[in-house]
Amino acid sequence: MTATLGDVLLETRHLKRYFRLDKHRQVHAVDDVCLSIQANEILGLVGESGSGKSTFGKTVLGLHDKTAGEVLYRGEVLPARYRSADFQRFARSMQMIFQDPYSSLNPRMTAGEIIAEGLRLHSDAKPRAVREEVARWLRQVGLSPDHASRYPHEFSGGQRQRIGIARAMIVEPEFVVCDEPISALDVSVQAQVINLLSELKREYGLTLLFIAHDLSMVRYVSDRMAVMYLGALAEIGPADDVFFRPMHPYTQMLVASNPEPDPITERQRSAEPIHGEITSPVNIGPGCRFAGRCPKVMDHCRHTTPELLPVRDLTSDATRQVACHLYG
Amino acid sequence: MPVKEQHDYALTVDNLEVEFDTYGGTVHAVRDVSFGLRRGKTLAIVGESGCGKSVTVQALMGLIPMPPGRITGGSARLRSAGSGPAGSGPAGSGATELIGLRERELNRIRGNRIGMIFQDPMTSLNPTMRIGDQIVETLRVHRGMSIREGFKEAERLLDRVRISEARERARQYPFEFSGGMLQRVMIAVALACSPEVLIADEPTTALDVTIQAQILDLMQALQREEGMSIILITHDLGVVARMADDVAVMYAGQIVESGSVEAIFHRGGHPYTLGLRRATPSNDPENRQQLEPIEGSPPDLFHPPVGCGYFARCPHAMQICEGSMPDPFDLHQPSAAAEGIRHSARCWLQHAQAPRTAGLNQNDAGREEP
Ligand SMILES: Nc1ncnc2c1ncn2[C@@H]1O[C@H](COP(=O)(O)OP(=O)(O)O)[C@@H](O)[C@H]1O
Ligand SMILES: Nc1ncnc2c1ncn2[C@@H]1O[C@H](COP(=O)(O)OP(=O)(O)O)[C@@H](O)[C@H]1O
Ligand code: SF4
Ligand SMILES: [Mg+2]
Ligand SMILES: [Mg+2]
Repeated sequence: MTATLGDVLLETRHLKRYFRLDKHRQVHAVDDVCLSIQANEILGLVGESGSGKSTFGKTVLGLHDKTAGEVLYRGEVLPARYRSADFQRFARSMQMIFQDPYSSLNPRMTAGEIIAEGLRLHSDAKPRAVREEVARWLRQVGLSPDHASRYPHEFSGGQRQRIGIARAMIVEPEFVVCDEPISALDVSVQAQVINLLSELKREYGLTLLFIAHDLSMVRYVSDRMAVMYLGALAEIGPADDVFFRPMHPYTQMLVASNPEPDPITERQRSAEPIHGEITSPVNIGPGCRFAGRCPKVMDHCRHTTPELLPVRDLTSDATRQVACHLYG
Repeated sequence: MPVKEQHDYALTVDNLEVEFDTYGGTVHAVRDVSFGLRRGKTLAIVGESGCGKSVTVQALMGLIPMPPGRITGGSARLRSAGSGPAGSGPAGSGATELIGLRERELNRIRGNRIGMIFQDPMTSLNPTMRIGDQIVETLRVHRGMSIREGFKEAERLLDRVRISEARERARQYPFEFSGGMLQRVMIAVALACSPEVLIADEPTTALDVTIQAQILDLMQALQREEGMSIILITHDLGVVARMADDVAVMYAGQIVESGSVEAIFHRGGHPYTLGLRRATPSNDPENRQQLEPIEGSPPDLFHPPVGCGYFARCPHAMQICEGSMPDPFDLHQPSAAAEGIRHSARCWLQHAQAPRTAGLNQNDAGREEP
């Protein structure tokens, strides 16, 4: 059952995930997010820390219960709250790769045991077949089968991230959430991991939700880019369109902040000051979440929540979606 | 050793060597490092983690824990304005040798003439003390102010680093500040004594890109106003391109290439410099070039290679590279009037008899046509 590009593989409808802090306060970590991910695409998700990216990724995978709204996978509505049988069932199609290659691997398990875990839990493969698969995946991610008997602390950061990738990939999922998979790595190693992910995507027809805060890297790997602010989508569209012609004032602020690795471009950069800091999405009321920092704020921005609406990019002639009253 | 030409330097470092004794043996963290910081300019030190960036500046500040650390050689001279062109003679008029200074003298220089900010502001802030009190403390120690004067000055400093409602904020504790705000406080503390040199070790690495932009803008504005010279440590080429006048590229404890920011980005003469560039996505709308990772990982500094540190990962390595590390080769400046410092690279490909290498800026002087 391979899906082709253009088919919607996963869709979120008004997805919400709140965290209750106390009797009166709730964190609206993910608040009414509607988006769809097409089969075999890489959707990049950017936004400052605290904007809800990780919570979104985890909620989509059932690692958090949904407060409201739904997630559809191949048109099927996934449970609002996973029971262990649901994990059994969905873990084979959906996996996650985590940011921190240091804390996300159990230090008391060998690399081989870590990678094999998914297969042992989610399939009835015989031990010998599992061993062979582990060796195959170690090679696939650029390690060697001899590495199976070593412990996480014996690996570098980049190698640990490869182990994390092999662990996710061994069950041959269709959809993988990569939560900041390169943020903790050195530049030279980031490119190794990015190229590995792109190869795996091509070879296995993967669909990826790629969460990161490095805008240039997200533009480089993604087909489409989504921008999140305080739990809500600000903008989503073709990656190059969003990066080179950002429409939402928040996306414009992110792009303007993003330093370019070229002194000539940097010298010509306009010195537009960047306002304010991200707050926390506690008990959010109506109005645009970005209003407090937005250089283009208008009166009704503070009272009416802007909807995510289609807007045409006249240069590329493609449509994207923007949640801003400037385009309403 | 490198002749430092006519520039006015705020700080010069020559042949610095730092080692650490550990269970595994001796780590040669900094090996024969020399550079100059031009007055009023920003020098970026760039390289991957573990290559010796922090240890280099810690050595200048007397912050190497001894033991296990040891400075086994070299010199670092802080030069007051107008002390004349830098040479490599003994610390003469207006120059202060930092290596080997006693704790008391170092304390006077730290804070008064050299300010420092780190990636994690909480390494130098007290979590149980109000922000204002911490700044006043610095002002009392370094500028002999009274408490009342100190508070006024603290308010003024918080205002200068664009913290709004400075008076109210001064009464708050560190936990009430965001990461970006704490970094502003650190800059305020560093500014308290109008230092000649500001050392910033990955000051924005932990921050979001919007907050990073604010902090970098602030540093640039303060540099313009105060004429500070800045050493900025970072692993982010975008930050280097935005901030630096001059760049030193470090690898395995050594500076492998240095020059003006334009030279490093557009006329790079060391394969590692090129490797870093090609592993970083460029924001070119026309061109989504394939990222080229640098395969392998940096060498073990317990037994640093006798030859070029980059030998094992270098796509152009030659036989000679394994056995010996060259001294810096000078690279051509595009014009004699070119502003900026000397451009040099420690790579055998800069030798007149080395083969031409695509993408690498090589000196043509004396080179034979193949
Ligand atoms: N388990 C939790 N309990 C309470 N608040 C949480 C929890 N997890 C996340 N949050 C809050 O939700 C918001 C979004 O967090 P997160 O999804 O981690 O953002 P991002 O990944 O974009 O940095 C933040 O304000 C964060 O503090
Ligand atoms: N206190 C210490 N004890 C032992 N080794 C150290 C110590 N501090 C730094 N090192 C070693 O020195 C080398 C350079 O470290 P550092 O300057 O921190 O690198 P970076 O370029 O990431 O700032 C590393 O190999 C590191 O492990
Ligand atoms: S809706 Fe208003 S406040 Fe929000 S981003 Fe657009 S202009 Fe700014
Ligand atoms: Mg996150
Ligand atoms: Mg460091």
